[in-house]
Amino acid sequence: MDVLLFGIPAVVAIIGAIAMLLSRNAVHSALYLLLNFAAISVLYLLLQAPFLFATQLIVYAGAIIVLFLFVVMLLGAERDEDTPHANPWQNRGAFVGGLLLLVELCLLYINNPDTIPVAVDMDNAFAAPAEVAKALFTTHLLPFEIASFVLLTALIGVVVLHQRRS
Amino acid sequence: MVSTLMYVALSAVLFVIGILGVTLRKSALMVFMSVELMLNAANLALVAFANQWKSVDAQVMVFFVITVAAAEVAVGLALLVMIFKRKKTTDIDLMNTLRG
Repeated sequence: MDVLLFGIPAVVAIIGAIAMLLSRNAVHSALYLLLNFAAISVLYLLLQAPFLFATQLIVYAGAIIVLFLFVVMLLGAERDEDTPHANPWQNRGAFVGGLLLLVELCLLYINNPDTIPVAVDMDNAFAAPAEVAKALFTTHLLPFEIASFVLLTALIGVVVLHQRRS
Repeated sequence: MVSTLMYVALSAVLFVIGILGVTLRKSALMVFMSVELMLNAANLALVAFANQWKSVDAQVMVFFVITVAAAEVAVGLALLVMIFKRKKTTDIDLMNTLRG
């Protein structure tokens, strides 16, 4: 049962990611990315992170994808990739590099099984939203305040970028 | 019982797909989406480790990653719109003004 609960979202996430990679139309890509985000949010629920499940859906699936769709439609840039890359070796290099990275990551984890113990206890709710909030507002208070500054800076930056210069 | 290894392996696969997207696609929008995919893969690994060690610290870190990703997308897409206004394209191969 656990394997099934993990397997279905995992397969959906990989399918969404590959479809995003292969889709020629940027709007379709954004929607496949939405599928991927939703599948990953289900995995967060399996990993006992209900707070991040909600955050993932609201921020990624909600805000970020909508922003992407807005910009794609605003620019009318759905099909902006009809010509091949300027550098003809880029595609082959990308595949070789990606394959090497995947093999390397797999070897890293296979050769060091001790670093990742197998058993996962699914019973206790160590990461209830209240616990996350406690950690956020006590141990990590300073990063939390800095994050609010980051958001404020982004807000001001976007406003400045889109000012009309007369 | 699904081991943490499975989650980390899924995270690695998604990360590699993201890297392929960054290198294969030409539209700056698609490169952006692939970067988001890679951030998500890293988040998934962090949440898996948080569950492994029963510690919320990694989840707090994922929260910060999501915050920074939101800010990054807002600024990045604003920049992209400005570039598009000037160059009428989102093709990253044509954004080579700084090339020597």
